[in-house]
Amino acid sequence: MNIVVLVKLVPDLVEELEIDSSGTSLDTTFLRQIINEPDEHALEQALLLKEASGATVTVIGAGVDGMDDVLFTAAAKGADREIKLTGSFEAGINNHAMARAFAAMMGELAPDMILTGVQAHNDIDGALGPLVAQFLDLPYIGYVSGVSIAAGECTVRKEYAGGLIGEMQAPLPIVLGIQAAEKPPRYVAVSKVRQAMKTVSLEEQSTPELDPSGAAVIERMFQPEGGEHAEMIEGDVDQIADRFVELLRDAGVL
Amino acid sequence: MSADIYVLIEHMQGKVNDISYIMLAAGRVLAGGSGGQVVGMLLGHDVEGLTANLAADKVLLVDHPALAEFTPEAYQKAMAALIEQSAPRAVLMGETSIGADIAGGLSALLGLPLVSLCRHVGAEGGRLTFTSQICGGKILAEGELPGPTCLLTIMPGDYKVEQGQSSIQPAIEKVPALDLEDLHVSLKEYIEPTAGDVDIARESVLVAVGRGIQQEMNIEIPQELADALGAVVCASRPVVDQGWMDTSRLVGKSGKHVSPKVYLAIGISGAPEHVEGIGGSDLILAINTDPKAPIFDIAKYGTSTDLFDIVPVLTEKIKAAKGG
Repeated sequence: MNIVVLVKLVPDLVEELEIDSSGTSLDTTFLRQIINEPDEHALEQALLLKEASGATVTVIGAGVDGMDDVLFTAAAKGADREIKLTGSFEAGINNHAMARAFAAMMGELAPDMILTGVQAHNDIDGALGPLVAQFLDLPYIGYVSGVSIAAGECTVRKEYAGGLIGEMQAPLPIVLGIQAAEKPPRYVAVSKVRQAMKTVSLEEQSTPELDPSGAAVIERMFQPEGGEHAEMIEGDVDQIADRFVELLRDAGVL
Repeated sequence: MSADIYVLIEHMQGKVNDISYIMLAAGRVLAGGSGGQVVGMLLGHDVEGLTANLAADKVLLVDHPALAEFTPEAYQKAMAALIEQSAPRAVLMGETSIGADIAGGLSALLGLPLVSLCRHVGAEGGRLTFTSQICGGKILAEGELPGPTCLLTIMPGDYKVEQGQSSIQPAIEKVPALDLEDLHVSLKEYIEPTAGDVDIARESVLVAVGRGIQQEMNIEIPQELADALGAVVCASRPVVDQGWMDTSRLVGKSGKHVSPKVYLAIGISGAPEHVEGIGGSDLILAINTDPKAPIFDIAKYGTSTDLFDIVPVLTEKIKAAKGG
């Protein structure tokens, strides 16, 4: 059983986001990028399947700043192979381009299952998973929060609005968009990641020229402003708490 | 190629999903610019009754047993056939567990451009535009809908359900389903959400906990506040995914939609998936250290004071107020 996990980095939303001078993309000068959270769940789901059925887990990501750490962390958690795509992943490289690049390298890996996060917060040209699936002519199921494999088939739990789950069945190979793994992503000690940095070597594979076609041109990017905004309560902790008590009383719940 | 705007009518268990009406409202805006009709695409089996209040000029009805329940594979095949036959100016799908599962596949299969996370469309001077909400609602991106046919996935936010409803029954055109043999993906069963110990959708005061709580042991801080207030705690996705709170307490896109008198959001950033579930609240109060967090765009009052400073003090004051 070969399971491939596709991971990408996204801007850390805890940080201040700035628009660059072109006005059409994020300023990446001081941008801190972190692993896309649903991708972390995709990795966890792959590791859970490996523990249950003895799969080989291969993690693949584009070789941008920060990806080495993500791949070493995956190795420390128990992934078997880590592949870094090399190429020029500059602004304008979107999910269509990455999906084509990932799909082009799957032949040799012969995956039975490809897992990736169901979405990322900057997926402006659609999520990665369904694109990869179609470029490989494989079925896709997204919003998945549970996977089991038996006799060349998988059974997945697909989430719908309101907490409804659809249990679906499909043959392998398949591409799944993971919303949440069955267990919270495992914690790995920094010392183990450091050890992986010394003992694991990342494989590198170069991408052919990237083809980003399939997305719209962004003419303007901006931070939402104006409109309605909460009235921010000023003062020290005591005064703010007093105001909250007042508001709760006015609302008739206290 | 036509100037029509196609809208996927998403439905589940015999009911049209709200996002479908929201898309019909957005579709009407685009059709005003393109000069075409708003055409609903209804895929299913014995679902003609769902067309009654759709604000569409026409509904294409594809009836087939293989479409009785949603699977991405069957839907994508049926949609691809419809889009190829008539090449509409735009095709709207939901940024949902249905629409987002097939939009990417259709884009790759048909070689058509895709715009995701779209919450607003425009049609000024015949120029059709999109505004997408990225980075958890912190950034907006605008552009023109590329041609000839642009696929979009639409998020709730800027259009109301009522705008996509009509008392006039739209014309129905039955379209034969093509190529729905040899399918691989099937639905085994639906599993209804577990009730949990309380139904947060019915509670009148909710204390909601987000990623800002940092650790499982810290959950007791908002829990004490909730206890003092006679409220119930609930959570956003990251807290539930960590296993710190039961799934029955999840608020948002794949959790419950709530409508309390007061929704007190603690350490919640207000990502679109979460905000989707709290629009029915009478009053939203927010505590978050990031004054630019999108939660403050929907909250009535807020503070950027650290939750670990403010919440214990607030709890004591509520206890005192109740005691006095």
